[in-house]
Amino acid sequence: MAAAIRQPGWYRGAIGLVLGAAFGFGLVVALRAISGLDVFQTEQTGYPHIVVPLITAPFGFLFGFGAFDYWFRWAAGKPTIPEDHSGHGAYSWKDYFKFNTDHKVIGTQYVVTTMIFFLIGGLLALLIRAELAQPGAQIVAANTYNGLFSTHAVVMIFLFIIPIFAGLANYVLPLMIGAPDMAFPRLNALSFWLLPIAGIIFLASFLAPGGAFDAGWTGYAPLSTGAPLGQSFFNIGVQFAGASSIATALNFLVTIITMRAPGMNLWRMPLLVWANLSTSLLVVGATPFVAGAQFMVFFDRILGMNFFNFLEGGDVISYQHIFWFYSHPAVYIMMLPGFGIVSEIISTHARKPVFGYRLMALALIGIVVLSYSVWAHHMFVAGMFDWLRVPIMITTLLIAVPTGIKVFSWLGTLFYGKIHTYSTAMLFSLAFIITFTVGGISGVMLGMIPIDIHVSDTYFVVAHIHFVLFGGSVFTIFAGIYHWFPKMTGRMYDERLGRVHFWGTVIGTWLTFIPMHWVGMDGMPRRVADYASQYGDWNLMISISAFLLGATQLVFLYNMIVSWRFGPKAGNNPWRANTIEWQVSSPPPVFNFDEIPRVVGGPYEYGTPGARHAIMGGEGEGAEIPETKPSTVTAPS
Amino acid sequence: MTRLPILKMVLAVIVLSVIQSVIMLQFDWFGDAASVEAGPIDTLLEVTIILSSFVFAIVCVALGYALYKWRAKPGDESDGLPIHGNTRLEIIWTVIPVILVLGLGGYSWAVLEDIEKEDENALTINTYAQQFAWTFGYPENGNKWSEGEFHVPVGRQVHFELQAQDVIHSFWVPEWRIKMDAVPGLATDVIVTPEKEGTYQLICTELCGFGHTTMRAKVVVESQEEFDAWIKEQTQEVPEDLLLTKDQYLEKQKQLEEQSGGIEGSGVQEE
Repeated sequence: MAAAIRQPGWYRGAIGLVLGAAFGFGLVVALRAISGLDVFQTEQTGYPHIVVPLITAPFGFLFGFGAFDYWFRWAAGKPTIPEDHSGHGAYSWKDYFKFNTDHKVIGTQYVVTTMIFFLIGGLLALLIRAELAQPGAQIVAANTYNGLFSTHAVVMIFLFIIPIFAGLANYVLPLMIGAPDMAFPRLNALSFWLLPIAGIIFLASFLAPGGAFDAGWTGYAPLSTGAPLGQSFFNIGVQFAGASSIATALNFLVTIITMRAPGMNLWRMPLLVWANLSTSLLVVGATPFVAGAQFMVFFDRILGMNFFNFLEGGDVISYQHIFWFYSHPAVYIMMLPGFGIVSEIISTHARKPVFGYRLMALALIGIVVLSYSVWAHHMFVAGMFDWLRVPIMITTLLIAVPTGIKVFSWLGTLFYGKIHTYSTAMLFSLAFIITFTVGGISGVMLGMIPIDIHVSDTYFVVAHIHFVLFGGSVFTIFAGIYHWFPKMTGRMYDERLGRVHFWGTVIGTWLTFIPMHWVGMDGMPRRVADYASQYGDWNLMISISAFLLGATQLVFLYNMIVSWRFGPKAGNNPWRANTIEWQVSSPPPVFNFDEIPRVVGGPYEYGTPGARHAIMGGEGEGAEIPETKPSTVTAPS
Repeated sequence: MTRLPILKMVLAVIVLSVIQSVIMLQFDWFGDAASVEAGPIDTLLEVTIILSSFVFAIVCVALGYALYKWRAKPGDESDGLPIHGNTRLEIIWTVIPVILVLGLGGYSWAVLEDIEKEDENALTINTYAQQFAWTFGYPENGNKWSEGEFHVPVGRQVHFELQAQDVIHSFWVPEWRIKMDAVPGLATDVIVTPEKEGTYQLICTELCGFGHTTMRAKVVVESQEEFDAWIKEQTQEVPEDLLLTKDQYLEKQKQLEEQSGGIEGSGVQEE
């Protein structure tokens, strides 16, 4: 037992958690007592004896769990545990519950964890739809309702869409560029373990006096600065989720820039790598803004600062500027990795090179640059300076152009191809093109100021975000999971169940979200627990469709779980793809490659006889191989 | 490489976009229109719907044709043609969308200028938003005050001067197509010219707390005579402590704060 407590792991983590909480609690009590203040301050925005432990307890857990052991030993001059990669690989299910530094294990941890949060967020959505099935209040009280849609959005955005893309890329990207792991494996593991912490903090806010945070995921001041305790849980949870996101983005940037296999120049990178490079640039630049905005609200709340207190010279509108300076780029953070996934899948299953590969890569960079200049289109009716509206409208409309280039290029890839539609991954990719186009069109409408004035803060906006985030991001997530499932598990999923899931999801998505456009345009505001009775029929239909959509996801879960355990063996390359991850075994060996592959051509050279993307280690040094650079990449420590 | 049936595809796109546009334009998407400003906005929407139908038709026809023509037979393991791109085509589908969206942007800008034209003869109504109620003051009519309901004469431009007393609220009458946030500490306004008599609803569209759903007010648009009669019936004046300008407003809030040690819901609390 004593040995178990000294070892990094769950026992030591639990002790760390308790000690961390006790430290935070004690600190607050002691400092307040010394200062002659009431020891327990329980005005609604206060509760320092709860919010401070909420910050210290997770750190205590992480110390105990072993996230910092290596760094501490090294900093203290003690002998470090030799980096023999003993933390690599997973040999039993227990290894997935450890501080594991293997990018493939971390990728799996990410995907499974975020799918659990997807289910939780989905259940919250179904509660919302149950309440809205009929006009009038039936199931929940008004402020509980506000808490439901706020947590639904936060869980889906911060704990499902953003991190599951990071998880898929974590698994696939190092393999794709011929790297043995990510550049910073320990930072990678820390990034993952910050996530469940953020999720638990968000969901724990339901237990706080006054209920879960209920100022929307946008948390506009001054509603948020005066809200009950739950809002502080949101402020703190965002810090953990944001730190996880930023650390992962740094890791991707360094990995992509420095660890590509010899011969893989920028124009030989698969588009998924380009997409994650672009996404990481957005995360590193933008995510600090949401962290900053939430810190400012937090300080207003518990330290009595006046960032957004208009009575003391604070500026209410500035919250929205800072928040959207992150949160508009965030929608591209939630979409660009999906663009990468779809590019891979369409090229592979159409047996054709991606049409206009270089323009596809440049369009991603164009989106990155433009997305920093469009934030204020969320604020056309917010009372900001008038002059900013038209310039922001122009940049907002222009950002549709690189997005359009991508849609046309995917279509161009299909022309003159050999399109295989047996894979559920391909079905989701094709459906994505159509559904995302609808979301893009409603986005252009929202960008046009006179239309936006009428429909902003209505169900039209709800319809738009769900078309781009569900019909866009989530379709690409499903496509990605189906596509790489054989690589990650070594087994094949059931295509028949995949089709059931596909059709249920596509039909459910359209039936749920299309009528939202109509009721919104006609006059139904968003974020309301009750609505005018004339929208009753449409809302009933939306709710029924939403339950169909929710039920269909159970088919997906069943398929994934059962296939992971009992599915037929998949083979190394079931889709006959060219990129490097398909040239290794399924699942890949612990260190990915015995010998770093050499890249000798583009990633999508389908149709050119004899063309190769990469020469794998162990293959003969053929005379036709043009690359001569020696392999210098070594395993990172 | 077989030639594409360009002509047939263009025809299909035109037919499909015409069918879509005709169907889409049958519906009254934005609901009843009851203001002068609603006219150009609704026309803008219709133009956008036609252009969107065209873009959507291109995507559908291209995807449909590709699936019809190049779907692989089961067991076919051959590859497609190794086409890497076509610079001319790529330039076309970059430049044409740029022109299209800039055109829409210019048109929107023109509409925006149009709907925000101020009329000197406008009626000013001070609009006070608080959790979870609307009240209205008529500075031109002896500073008369009404709660939860306001009346305006038909055909005359109205300026709503918005003031929020606690958190952000938003002023929206769907039939008028206009919306503007009421922001604490900031004076915002919104212009509208009602042109249809009737009773409408003012809806708060910015989440403002647990009562947000119920934060509505009654809007009555009537003839000048009826309006004059109604305003005479109003006996209350705007209370002194409802502030008229930003400075007075801030001054008053400060006094309140000193008296009571905090304003509920504003997030301002004194220890």
